[in-house]
Amino acid sequence: MKNNGWIVWLGTLALLLLHQDFWFWDNYETEVFGFMPIGLAYHAGFSIVAALWWGAVMSFAWPHHLEALAEEQEESISTQRP
Amino acid sequence: MTPLIIIVCYLGLLLALGIISSRSFRGTSKDYFVASHSIGPFLLLMSVFGTTMTAFALVGSTGKAFERGIGVYGLMASISGLVHAAVFFLIGIRLWVYGKKYGFVTQIQFFRARFDSQRIGYVLFPILAMLVVPYLLIGIIGAGKTVLPVTAGAFPDLFPNAATPQFAGGIPVWLTGLVICGVVMTYVFLGGSRGAAWANTFQTIVFMAMGLVAFVFIANSLGGLTNASKVAIQINDQGEVVQPYRWDAANNQLVANDPPKVVGRIIEGESDTAGSYSPRPLLSRQVTTVELENVNKKTGEVRTFTREYGMSTWMFMTYLFIPLSVGMFPHLFQHWLTAKSARAFKLTVLAHPLCILIVWVPCVLIGIWATGILPPLDPTKVSGVLGQMVARLVSSPILSGFLIAGILAAIMSSLDSQFLCLGTMFTNDIVIHKLGSGKLSDRQVILIARGFVVGIVTLTYLLSLVAPQNVFDLAVWCFSGFGALFPLVFAAVFWKRVTKAGAYACILAATLSWFYFFAKSGFGSELVLGPGIMPVAVCFLISTAALIIVSLMTRPPSEETIKKFFPDKAS
Repeated sequence: MKNNGWIVWLGTLALLLLHQDFWFWDNYETEVFGFMPIGLAYHAGFSIVAALWWGAVMSFAWPHHLEALAEEQEESISTQRP
Repeated sequence: MTPLIIIVCYLGLLLALGIISSRSFRGTSKDYFVASHSIGPFLLLMSVFGTTMTAFALVGSTGKAFERGIGVYGLMASISGLVHAAVFFLIGIRLWVYGKKYGFVTQIQFFRARFDSQRIGYVLFPILAMLVVPYLLIGIIGAGKTVLPVTAGAFPDLFPNAATPQFAGGIPVWLTGLVICGVVMTYVFLGGSRGAAWANTFQTIVFMAMGLVAFVFIANSLGGLTNASKVAIQINDQGEVVQPYRWDAANNQLVANDPPKVVGRIIEGESDTAGSYSPRPLLSRQVTTVELENVNKKTGEVRTFTREYGMSTWMFMTYLFIPLSVGMFPHLFQHWLTAKSARAFKLTVLAHPLCILIVWVPCVLIGIWATGILPPLDPTKVSGVLGQMVARLVSSPILSGFLIAGILAAIMSSLDSQFLCLGTMFTNDIVIHKLGSGKLSDRQVILIARGFVVGIVTLTYLLSLVAPQNVFDLAVWCFSGFGALFPLVFAAVFWKRVTKAGAYACILAATLSWFYFFAKSGFGSELVLGPGIMPVAVCFLISTAALIIVSLMTRPPSEETIKKFFPDKAS
């Protein structure tokens, strides 16, 4: 994550832009598979792409350093009143 | 009576699951609050998904699609898939790591340590509790309103229901609420977070399956998917809203209306030019405002109301701040902490958008098909669209029973986590914090937590009896409040320069701006700003600005704090 962080943020930003699908905004005629309006099919596909994206992110930007931190011995931080 | 038997069997199964899960209870407070960090990938996925999806995922999505069309999926579902998964990966895993290493079981413990401030807990606690309680009320009242119509006529002597004569004999809202609260309280009381995770998993499977089953039956009744897609209302060349088909109940089949039945007329499209509106307004997101007519069958009285199909670009863009709320949900924090390892999050991050797809796409399609089958309904009645479609097109009491069980499953899978979370917060952030953890044995801590769970369930149930029944409108306001606080958790895990004063400024700015808009809405009604901007977007920007400006103006946190929370970044 430390080294590939910028790819994660950039890719997520690109997906947020792709979410604004103004190109299908007023398309009421096209139906995918003969029943699903294109605007809905696009966003169903978007959900699949989102899953694939986070799957890819976890393969190249997994926070190994944090995982290692969790494996260290537990410490307690006092959150009690002094 | 059949639906009632199915519902009772379902609740019995849940209770049995609670009792079985309690046998795995290890007797420690850590086990009660965070299941000793033992929950694996599948249970984590199901419990996190079940917690974030309320009854809205089934009945709300269908109703909203009935009101506005397919855009509802992009507005609420696909953006949630992206944003929720991002929050689980970028924030959830970090909070799990801090929680495991430093022994946190509540969000407030994390913030107290991160900002090196004991008082921040007392500031945050009432705000978080205030935002969770209406969310609980929505579930309890929603459950009652779901069960009442399907049991109408079953017990005419016991429940004459003078206030709602159309549902005479149905199980009243207060009784369903009582039973639901009793069942949830029992398994949370016995099994703590493990009981909630097990029950959530079962309930999530039930409500996902029921949504799909309802979809398959309804699509079959309409003659298959291609036929069903032609059913939704249309706007003809004269600007009239028409239903091209109708459901012939006597022969159980879809028949063409010749001529198409007029149910309303266009008021305005996004463009004034005639013919520029969407002729199939529910299949696009173009804004088309219409006036619809609803005829009261008994009196013959015609009532008209306006409806906006589609949605504005601004609303679509700014709605993305709503799903950020999951980052600040205290009950989700507790679920994250139950994970066995950081790797247990992988399935949740990957599959969450797909689970949303599986639940929402069928419901949105049912919602738009319903516009051609059902008469126009005003916004207060659209939550009944899914139930009405099942009742009309499938007319199977068994399926109705299972569908109601699915809706209750979606409701209870959120209720349990929220009850447990409030009990955990009261115990750890108030009682133990005041007394000091060394002064209480583990057994006493569990006893206090269980006492709080019982107390909170009782109090919330009593509140549900006197709360206004239209609390459903409050859901978006709850999410908006949590969304406005999101910069706090984001900065806490990513920005080492954020200071205690910056955190206070963020909380204050989020709370005040949220309250301003909440009051402006008339305390809970829908409110959009200018061209359709969601108030949460403005609250988010204000709280972010306050956090950044005040942090940069005040002394940075100590090196010791930074080393604890940013081990890779400390100099």
